[in-house]
Amino acid sequence: MSMLLLAEQILNGLQLGVMLFLMAAGLTLVFGVMGLINLAHGSLYMVGAFVAAAVAGATGSFVLALAAALAASAAAGALVEVLVIRRLYGRDHLDQVLATFALILIFSEGTRWAFGSFPLYLDIPGWLAGPVTLPGGIRYPLYRLALIGVGLLVALGLYLLISHTRLGVRIRAGESDREMIAALGVDISRLYTMVFALGAGLAGLAGALVGAIQSVQVGMGEPVLILAFVVIVIGGIGSVRGALAGALLVGLTDTLGGLFLPWVFGHYLGPSAAAGAGSALASMLIYVLMAGVLIWRPRGLFGGAA
Amino acid sequence: MSREGAVNAAIVALLLVVPVGAWLADEPFIVTLATRAVILALAGVGLNIALGLGGMISLGHAAFFGIGGYAMGILASHAQSYEPLFNWPMTIGGTQSMPLIWLVAMSVSGLAALMVGALSLRTTGAYFIMITLAFGQMFYYFAVSWPAYGGDDGLSIYVRNGFPGLNTLVPVQFLAICLMLLMLGLGFAAMLARSPFGLALDAARQAPERVETVGMRPYRLRLMAFVISGVITGLAGALYADLNRFVSPVMFSWQTSGEIMVFVILGGAGRLFGPVAGAMLFILLEHVLGGVSEFWHVYLGLLLLIVVLFARGGIIGLLAGRQVAHG
Repeated sequence: MSMLLLAEQILNGLQLGVMLFLMAAGLTLVFGVMGLINLAHGSLYMVGAFVAAAVAGATGSFVLALAAALAASAAAGALVEVLVIRRLYGRDHLDQVLATFALILIFSEGTRWAFGSFPLYLDIPGWLAGPVTLPGGIRYPLYRLALIGVGLLVALGLYLLISHTRLGVRIRAGESDREMIAALGVDISRLYTMVFALGAGLAGLAGALVGAIQSVQVGMGEPVLILAFVVIVIGGIGSVRGALAGALLVGLTDTLGGLFLPWVFGHYLGPSAAAGAGSALASMLIYVLMAGVLIWRPRGLFGGAA
Repeated sequence: MSREGAVNAAIVALLLVVPVGAWLADEPFIVTLATRAVILALAGVGLNIALGLGGMISLGHAAFFGIGGYAMGILASHAQSYEPLFNWPMTIGGTQSMPLIWLVAMSVSGLAALMVGALSLRTTGAYFIMITLAFGQMFYYFAVSWPAYGGDDGLSIYVRNGFPGLNTLVPVQFLAICLMLLMLGLGFAAMLARSPFGLALDAARQAPERVETVGMRPYRLRLMAFVISGVITGLAGALYADLNRFVSPVMFSWQTSGEIMVFVILGGAGRLFGPVAGAMLFILLEHVLGGVSEFWHVYLGLLLLIVVLFARGGIIGLLAGRQVAHG
């Protein structure tokens, strides 16, 4: 196995990781502040990808497409929060699961109705296309490198937002004591809508960014949503730092596992059997990681003691 | 008879009258629809033990449903091709006998439920939901990427498996088998709920500290209920694969978990006959709305939203009043 391949796979793992972080950050914020488990987060990811593909197709501008995706998914998030999600905060998790599952059905079939069943394609813009040569002679797609950059920038922005702004103070206050900040005169329902829209916007942005390297289709959001759940379980619910650590861990485990396991098995089994067993086991690796974290620290790496 | 009892009796009557009527009127399609409803109801009875009685919101029951399906698919495909399942330490071949397949399906899904449950039950609340969902997805990806049994394409079985003394290829005879198993499942669930174990489980859902105080471990009670729940759902999976004579990773998908949970809730969580009413409604909606619009899931979603937000207690709750509802 060459070092170049390994370096490339590590970069791929980072890229998957930062995109998972964009998803997981919204989920974990919404859970931390409002105590809501939101299965429809993947639908907002899908909305972002579809809006980006449609806008890019109509205008030809990728930047405009990203901005539209961010705005549309944040708006969709705010709308859903006001219409449905708001009624779920006081309910138990079962009601939240069912209502947000219903939202998935509505979003998915609505999108299928509006855009048809065939996947759309979102092209990488010319100025981000093609490979770049990194130090050490690694040739790597510029677009994927840009994804890593954007993801890390968003992580930094989120950190600054939460630790250095008024909104961030309220978010943190909301996480530790909802009744108290409402009593102190903060408009709690506006805060909730904003947090939900923020999470939705991040999910939509992730969908639009990933949409350019995968096909844009109905049902694209849920596999990512479930991976984001694994990230949150590993990182600890409600912790944005945990979400970042968990996302990178999951991204790297998934890509490196797909590389190493077939190779390890190749030493013991025939090549085709090794590829089969290796890829089947590699697909389970992140869940094994999750199980390990559960045994070691049931509340996640960065989870509180509560 | 209480109102819920009357509703339950009406459901059983409907389960008997519709297929017999369809059989007499020579409508095999309706018999097949009824069989689907009966099998899904059995899967729901399984989930309801974890969800309604134990308060465990499992979004991973597709794993057990799928394992049941693959147990049938793998055993029958080996019998079909006359290749032994394995040769060491002794030669074991496939089988096309339903009772044997059920036994294997139930044991393997029980074992899987033991593993998933032992890990997931270390947590509660939202963690538990996310973890069961993730483990369900793990089985899905494993089935997709394991090439020996069809991978993504699934496995087709050409002849339905046999049951001694019956011709299972006649739709109404297969329906009779499924109905019998559903009744057994319901009887078992009713017994379980009234047994000391069921009462302790119910108590562990409502007041885990008190249960611990009297010397029982909620973790063990929940784990046992989770295994029983997985076993029943696994049996339903084997029947479902036999109905379609086909098994594919779709049985493992998170949508399957979601749908099983949806009709348990539509019917009324924690009600003995809730899953049955829910599965019947689900099949009816699929058939009726599916005929009206290709996008019938939108209407299903809206209906579900309305039930969750405004009509808690499901169909049986609406019909029988809420006085005896669990959770």
